[in-house]
Amino acid sequence: MKENKKILVCGGTGCLSAKGAEIVKNLRDSIREHSLENEVEVIQTGCFGFCEKGPIVKIMPENTFYIEVKPEDAERIIVEDIISEKRIIELLYIDPKNGERVFEGENMEFYKKQVRIALKNCGTIDPESIEQYMAAEGYAALKKILTTMTPENVVKIIKDSGLRGRGGGGYSTGLKWEFASKNISDQKYIVCNADEGDPGAFMDRSILEGDPHSVIEGMIIAGYAIGATEGLVYIRAEYPLAIERLRKAIETARKNKILGENVFGTDFKFDIEIKYGAGAFVCGEETALIHSMEGGRGEPTTKPPYPAESGYWGKPTIVNNVETLANIAQIILKGVDWFRSIGTKNSPGTKVFALAGKINNVGLVEVPMGTTLREVIFEIGGGIKNNKKFKAVQTGGPSGGCLTEKDLDTPIDFDTLLAKGSMMGSGGMIVMDEDDCMVAVSKFYLEFTVDESCGKCAPCRIGNTRLWEILDRITKGEGKEEDIALLKELSQTIKTTSLCGLGQTSPNPVLSTINQFLDEYLEHIHEKKCRAGQCQALRKYLINDKCVGCTACARVCPVACIEGKVKERHVIDQTRCIKCGACYNACKFNAIDVA
Amino acid sequence: MACDNKLKKEMFEELKKYIDEIGEKNGALISVLHKGQEIFGYLPQEIQEFIAKEMNIPIAKVYGVVSFYHFFSMTPKGKHPISVCMGTACYVRGAEKVLNSVKNYLGIDVGETTEDGLFSIDALRCVGACGLAPVVLIGKDVYGKEQVKDMKKILEKYRKESVG
Repeated sequence: MKENKKILVCGGTGCLSAKGAEIVKNLRDSIREHSLENEVEVIQTGCFGFCEKGPIVKIMPENTFYIEVKPEDAERIIVEDIISEKRIIELLYIDPKNGERVFEGENMEFYKKQVRIALKNCGTIDPESIEQYMAAEGYAALKKILTTMTPENVVKIIKDSGLRGRGGGGYSTGLKWEFASKNISDQKYIVCNADEGDPGAFMDRSILEGDPHSVIEGMIIAGYAIGATEGLVYIRAEYPLAIERLRKAIETARKNKILGENVFGTDFKFDIEIKYGAGAFVCGEETALIHSMEGGRGEPTTKPPYPAESGYWGKPTIVNNVETLANIAQIILKGVDWFRSIGTKNSPGTKVFALAGKINNVGLVEVPMGTTLREVIFEIGGGIKNNKKFKAVQTGGPSGGCLTEKDLDTPIDFDTLLAKGSMMGSGGMIVMDEDDCMVAVSKFYLEFTVDESCGKCAPCRIGNTRLWEILDRITKGEGKEEDIALLKELSQTIKTTSLCGLGQTSPNPVLSTINQFLDEYLEHIHEKKCRAGQCQALRKYLINDKCVGCTACARVCPVACIEGKVKERHVIDQTRCIKCGACYNACKFNAIDVA
Repeated sequence: MACDNKLKKEMFEELKKYIDEIGEKNGALISVLHKGQEIFGYLPQEIQEFIAKEMNIPIAKVYGVVSFYHFFSMTPKGKHPISVCMGTACYVRGAEKVLNSVKNYLGIDVGETTEDGLFSIDALRCVGACGLAPVVLIGKDVYGKEQVKDMKKILEKYRKESVG
């Protein structure tokens, strides 16, 4: 065997919950048993991104990529791969296109089109090791600005780079900084928004779990640029692993004189404290977030004044998203031209997306802005699960909209998505197939918004509740002719009169599904039919001729509406059926159709 | 009820110590509530009153904050708190079915605790393990994908363990 091998084990939440920690332990035990401690090192890294096939184990320097590894495979990996230098064929990924095993990660479709800036270190270093971060050019950007640049220079670089807020708004980060740097105040704050509330998004969490130092470095650079000495990370309490790793990273940074009174021995002072969120989606809105950090209810206030002028305790405050901050050090190191060479003219750089839903490769991907939806879904994402038909993809979460077949070749950036009636949002991308009912999906989002509305302003509190009620009626087969017009009118009113971004965007899923899938709405209203078979009240269970008369369905029916003799085809009495689906689940002969 | 959490004196002392150690009380309410919930498991009226008194803020403000955030609970959780993820990715992969099967099996609704104090159900907004969708957390154990098709079996396992 060769010396100095590294075994990287994914330590993201998804892989850890699938026994990732046990894999690490078994690998280390096995290494000890074979006395290889000096030749082989096991590193638990951040997320590799390929969550669908986790837990993932990589062997370096060969870059062998093992998927769906179980704790009991650890011994084999050490014996066969490390000692005998034979790749374990059955743990390799199979390319669905040609059925061949893929040996190296970079040759997988999933990774080919990705460009990693924010996720540069995720899956390559141990997130808890400052040494490994520094070996990967970590804190070099900070050193560079402290020794060779004025704060104005730094602001100018970020402004020229064209970096736009990755939390979803897409506002120019450099402009925000410039605004705050010009405000004179005895105290200023840098806030990192890590309150990822969008359901189905996990980019920020993965960055904090995989590379917390890059976020810390971004915050210190921002502090230097605007003249702030204090940073705060507002993080969801539901992210225990991210909190733990961030806390360790802050401590080691303090020990290494990177945080504290004299950063890198200069006069510049900066420190970071962690503030916990408590599960409120609206706290992603910067004014609500600031109120929450002050210990109160997370209710937004009108802007202006913008936080850059009067934020945390009334002082100038910059609120930047995790992913935005993770880009900063790279821009400082590699320059404006490099950053602008990636992505599109008005949206330079990359975007991290959390791919999820009915897609083969669920995971975390980072692609240049301007990559098309088709590339993301069908090449990187490996297409739709179970060869179903693609129906729509929702971007921007509860504030966004859905894009369909005809939008697949649209290059994705902030402006193109807005033009299509959706938005970038934080980067959640939920793929839906023919089995998803779009009315039910928009009801799902509304349910979320109603639940998460802070209740301060009437349009959002009352309007969204009414929207939800109308949608609920439609899914129950009680829709009326005039509902569509009412939904549209109500949505417009809510959009124009709500106080904050939550209310202003909450009707988007409704409007966008009406625009793209009007026929589905009309079917629900006129024909009382749900083509996807999702809306329970509109379902019809019918027994076909595969029925062998085993009576299993009749025995489980709670209202006894299935009749028939033993060994003869049974019949469901539609007038009494309560559409519970018990018969469908009980049948072993596929004899029950859902219409 | 097996859930007669005795609010022990030492628990209050621990919370008081935490409050006393905070240098700047202004703005620390949420951190204190997090600590309180960590110690007691939930935040009933009695504890909210205690926090208000110790921090010298109106009880109405404390209640206002507790009732605003999902994370804070005023009812005790079960011995095995069940959280069903209702994020979008889990939703399109059938989380609703999973939630209904848990509700039907236990005979309680979201936000409630069973009579014997063993289980409580919560619907979470997104645990961020979308690769495992649909996801169910029971205490610190994570279940996903194919496993959650038979929640009854999983819950019976916990019931057996508890009953012994």
